[in-house]
Amino acid sequence: MNIEIITLAEIQDISGEAGNFSVDVLKHPRYIDEDKCIACGVCAEKCPKKITDTYNAGLSKRKAAYVEYPQAVPLKYVIDQDNCIYLQKGKCGVCKKKCPVDAVDFDQKPENRTVNVGSVILAPGFEPFSPESFENYQYAKHPNVITSLEFERLLSASGPTQGHVTRPSDNEEPKKIAWFQCVGSRDMNRCDNAYCSSVCCMYAIKEAVIAKEHAGDDLDCAIFFMDMRTHGKDFERFYDNAREKSGVRFIRSRVHTVTPVPGSDDLELRFVTEDGTLKTEVFDMIVLSVGMQTPKALVDLSKKLGISLSAGNFADTETFSPVATSRPGIFVSGAFQGPKDIPQAVVDSSAASAAAAELLADVRNTCTKEKEIVPEVNVLGDRPKIGVLICQCGTNIAGVVDVPKVVDYAATLPYVELATDKLFACSQDAQDNMVELIKEKGLNRIVIAACTPKTHEPLFQDTLTAAGLNKYLFEMTNIRNQDSWVHKNNPEMATEKAKDLVRMAVSKVALQEPLKEVQLPVNQTAMVVGGGIAGMAAAKSLSEQGYETHLVEKGNCLGGQARQLFMTAKGESIQKKLAEMITAVEADKRIHLHLDTELSHVDGFVGNFETTLSSNGNETTLEHGVAVLATGASPHKTSEYGYGTDERIITSLDLDKKLMDDDPSLTTLNGAVFIQCVGSREPERMYCSRICCTHSIENAIQLKEKNPDMNVYILYRDIRTYGEKELLYKKARQLGVIFIRYSLENKPVVKADKDQLTVHVMDHILNMPLELNVDMVTLATAIIPNTDEKLSNFFKVATNADGFFIEKHAKLGPSEFSTDGVYLCGLAHYPKPIDESIAQAKAAVARAVTLLAKQTIFSSGTVAMVDPMLCAACGVCVSICPYSAPKFTEEGRFEGKAEVNPALCKGCGLCVASCRSGAIHLKGFDTDQILTQIFEMDEAV
Amino acid sequence: MTQNKIGSVMVVGGGIAGMQSALDLADAGYYVYLVEKGPSIGGVMAQLDKTFPTNDCAM
Repeated sequence: MNIEIITLAEIQDISGEAGNFSVDVLKHPRYIDEDKCIACGVCAEKCPKKITDTYNAGLSKRKAAYVEYPQAVPLKYVIDQDNCIYLQKGKCGVCKKKCPVDAVDFDQKPENRTVNVGSVILAPGFEPFSPESFENYQYAKHPNVITSLEFERLLSASGPTQGHVTRPSDNEEPKKIAWFQCVGSRDMNRCDNAYCSSVCCMYAIKEAVIAKEHAGDDLDCAIFFMDMRTHGKDFERFYDNAREKSGVRFIRSRVHTVTPVPGSDDLELRFVTEDGTLKTEVFDMIVLSVGMQTPKALVDLSKKLGISLSAGNFADTETFSPVATSRPGIFVSGAFQGPKDIPQAVVDSSAASAAAAELLADVRNTCTKEKEIVPEVNVLGDRPKIGVLICQCGTNIAGVVDVPKVVDYAATLPYVELATDKLFACSQDAQDNMVELIKEKGLNRIVIAACTPKTHEPLFQDTLTAAGLNKYLFEMTNIRNQDSWVHKNNPEMATEKAKDLVRMAVSKVALQEPLKEVQLPVNQTAMVVGGGIAGMAAAKSLSEQGYETHLVEKGNCLGGQARQLFMTAKGESIQKKLAEMITAVEADKRIHLHLDTELSHVDGFVGNFETTLSSNGNETTLEHGVAVLATGASPHKTSEYGYGTDERIITSLDLDKKLMDDDPSLTTLNGAVFIQCVGSREPERMYCSRICCTHSIENAIQLKEKNPDMNVYILYRDIRTYGEKELLYKKARQLGVIFIRYSLENKPVVKADKDQLTVHVMDHILNMPLELNVDMVTLATAIIPNTDEKLSNFFKVATNADGFFIEKHAKLGPSEFSTDGVYLCGLAHYPKPIDESIAQAKAAVARAVTLLAKQTIFSSGTVAMVDPMLCAACGVCVSICPYSAPKFTEEGRFEGKAEVNPALCKGCGLCVASCRSGAIHLKGFDTDQILTQIFEMDEAV
Repeated sequence: MTQNKIGSVMVVGGGIAGMQSALDLADAGYYVYLVEKGPSIGGVMAQLDKTFPTNDCAM
């Protein structure tokens, strides 16, 4: 309601300043009236012009009148101007003649529109690199060389092959597929993209694993790569499993030529293996793992808008304000901020929302609309008067099921007052008509037989509400996905099944009663646990948006791990920025600082937490509506490589301290070695600590700049300088830093004697043992989460095998927990650099504010309820509930009996099924309602 | 900075990033204009098959 989607539109220019911009938008014609189109598909069916389908990455055809895919939003057809025969030649127009609702409008013209807004967020995305210029890979010439995005479509059930992997030349199942990494990334010779695209290693592994799942173990999948960059959460394990369990082959080599095998559609690869031997191997198919780049048009637009770009043409941002562009009031998120995966894009997007909301906090709710509240009609005790609406879903249902027959049948069922059908029950006019019918006929229960309640139930329930009917007096039954789609070839049986489904729904809804949603206030105070960079950024953003915030830190000062860090990957001084941040937090009147303080008890639930803080034996209790956990992480304490036995063997943080102190001894070193992955990517800690490659390279550059003659070596397993951090790797090599790869099985050995340190390592290119004589060894130690079981229990949040908090959803809910009202950010989620920590802190706040802004929340009506007269107080429900909703009543007549807190209950039914006394009922799914459906079905058999 | 602030935000791009921003802001009390150059929102993610680690359909 408060989002206006403007499709087929581009922004032309932005004038004004932060808080008040004018944006010029050019809207291209759709040639179809969005208000009229019912997405029946007749225009596409009749359109005679076939063209390449861009949604299927060019692997199939579509019409000039089309919808991108069945789930498109808005679900409105569009006429492709460049390919429409009528728009190009003035003839045809068959779609216009055939459209049943007269929605085709060839007279639409481009429209210019100026929109006034307080802030702009740029999330224009990326374009996949086009590998046509890579002649030696044969992409443009050979049909069996495809891009990774094309391969995604081949894997997809909605793709051109329905998910059956076949190669384009002959539609045969491939037996051997090769992936080439870094196509259009980390390459300054054949393209200009020096950066790493961050996502390709992981998606190539995913594609290989899924391809093997589809085709079986006979399929041979080989990934040709330079460095395997699986630096994301749980990625390393996936890589390990792909190699060890799925049998995906990983070959460290950049293939230099591909030649078609004469007389077949196969391809021969020539490549040099690590030990220097030239090999050839024949594959059926090649997938090019193409990188991300900023489209040229976007580069030009950025220049026009005054948005400065980085070397790789991404929006320039600073580490401590990771979503702010160079133009105040304009923010950035997604791949335009730098190549990134979905979770990071989602984090940045929420962060950009928070940044815009900070700017506009004092004009919040001034442009939004509120839903009109229709008073509810009391139908309790009235005889059921059921309305049944059968949806044709265009031809989706009506093409198989005999809808008029089902309507006639429904009209004969008990309590049915009205039965009717609609071309599309979800269309606006059908909704308006439903409201009228409810009022006119005095209907008090509604059944809709249509598609899936997963997508459409809320829409229909809104319609009930609009008609003054309690939204739970409703039942939806799925005669599309579970009937017409699966019984396409048996229309008669499908019609009978539709009747059965409708009868079951009618019998259930007749027993349905209006349900109440409990209204709960949301306390407008926030609590942040952890005073490191993430915690401070979260507290500051909450305060900027007007919320009183308690910042709890168990140590005696703010700053966390950042106090020990020297410089960001972009070359900013961390101590300077950190000091500014601490000062700002301390001076903020809305932030209440609790140092030397820990949580000793947490009560309550979303919107209404009551937390007891304990500081030096003194306890205080605070009420708050939301909590952000930013409890951080610590460096791994190692005893490997002689750490702790010799002061010349140090950790990255020790070296940072020397650099901060400008320690003169650093300039006089003759040689220095960095050892990577100390404690990371090992069986007992199977994750990558994400930041150590960049950190060591940064420090290696510092040493080289202090003393160019110093011999600096980095001993690594894979260099993981993702995104534009790759440029640092390049710079280090140019400065003469020597990179030597080692394997987990053959780790370096450090020996200390009085004059020097000797590091023995096996060189992977020369295949010879090397002996490096140096004065300093720096260990890049792993990042270990500050696991706090007490805190996990307080807020009912879980940690993974490595001790990091588990977020709600790895991709779509990266900054919140499954427990409502509790959010997470920073190192407690996963190792990450400062910019990503700050972005996630803002993201956590953005998510928290969506809850705080509601002021009150409604619990669902479909919750469990205990009948205390029947409860045996056995406690099974209390122990089994994953949300801690049931508890024992503490006082009164039913003391000791179970009761369910409706605010916590998710209506899963676990307690209902496990109650041995039959004392628990799930409202809306009560036993008699389930049984009546079963009885009705028995009749059908 | 201007005194006449406007409580609405324009989000340019209707992919996963733009959609997330739009939803967050609308739910926080700001009117959102979501501008997309294609005929429907969803972006590149709508073209992906399954996503790690849940193997959820990207759609």
